[in-house]
Amino acid sequence: MILTVNGDQVEVPNTVKTIAELLQHFELNNKVVIVEKNAEILEKEKHAETLISDKDKIELVHFVGGG
Amino acid sequence: MLKIGNHEFSSRLLLGTGKYPDFEIQKAAVDVSGTEILTFSVRRMNIFEASQPNFLENLDISKYTLLPNTAGAKTAEEAVRIAKLAKASGLCDMIKVEVIGCQKTLLPDPIETLKASEQLLKEGFIVLPYTSDDVLLARRLEELGCHAIMPGASPIGSGQGIINPLNLSFIIEQANVPVIVDAGIGTPSDAAIAMEMGAAGVLLNTAVSGADDPVKMARAMRLAIEAGRLGFEAGRIPKKRYATASSPLEGMSIG
Repeated sequence: MILTVNGDQVEVPNTVKTIAELLQHFELNNKVVIVEKNAEILEKEKHAETLISDKDKIELVHFVGGG
Repeated sequence: MLKIGNHEFSSRLLLGTGKYPDFEIQKAAVDVSGTEILTFSVRRMNIFEASQPNFLENLDISKYTLLPNTAGAKTAEEAVRIAKLAKASGLCDMIKVEVIGCQKTLLPDPIETLKASEQLLKEGFIVLPYTSDDVLLARRLEELGCHAIMPGASPIGSGQGIINPLNLSFIIEQANVPVIVDAGIGTPSDAAIAMEMGAAGVLLNTAVSGADDPVKMARAMRLAIEAGRLGFEAGRIPKKRYATASSPLEGMSIG
């Protein structure tokens, strides 16, 4: 399945079915990550139940230093 | 106590987390500053370098109230999106509204700041807008329901200190919510002056992170803000044109 992640085309195995599994795939499951799927912001509790499919646009954001 | 929305703080220093030489210096500076509120930004992750440490992992964030900013937003719509992304982390309910209208001066866009603040208040955020030192804009933001007003002392990162103390004093006098002087602070005396004028707090970043010794400067800022606040609470003497002797004029043994 091909996703657009943070603007880049990324191929992920078809075994990755949910947002939570996608985060695990990128080894981000222990980090503070905020996920937007097709312009919809997902609360953390929704990560496990939200399914992903081919051509989804995913944004993964986090906190960085700032003033 | 500094009260912002339903939060209470004993420190009046809000510290930014950008541009420290390294995480260790940052952690030490944050510790000695005594701050209880940390600001930070929201950005895309680099998923190809996910193993890179993040500053949050280096700090015990349970000790701090997190104040994300909407830096990077040029419109109200973008600011609202960034605020919602930050809140979806489940780590914070406050937002520093920062909508920059000019890349050279980094001055805030007043119209978009007002619009974004209005929308975020409707959505239940605790809203702290970064604004210019415009007195009427500050009033309008307060009338919307903003929980604090954050006028800049001078342009972001410029270190020029308070360039319009008159406007700042008008903003402080009229406000019924905390006024936090945000941006442009360069030295401990700048921060102390803001506090002496009656500001409820000071938000700074580069003044500490860009100092030769950020940890020492963090301590200096802490002391300056405490000193300035005490001075404000104590009440200064009026300025007089001529001298008034502090020693008694009676009982002189000469002449």
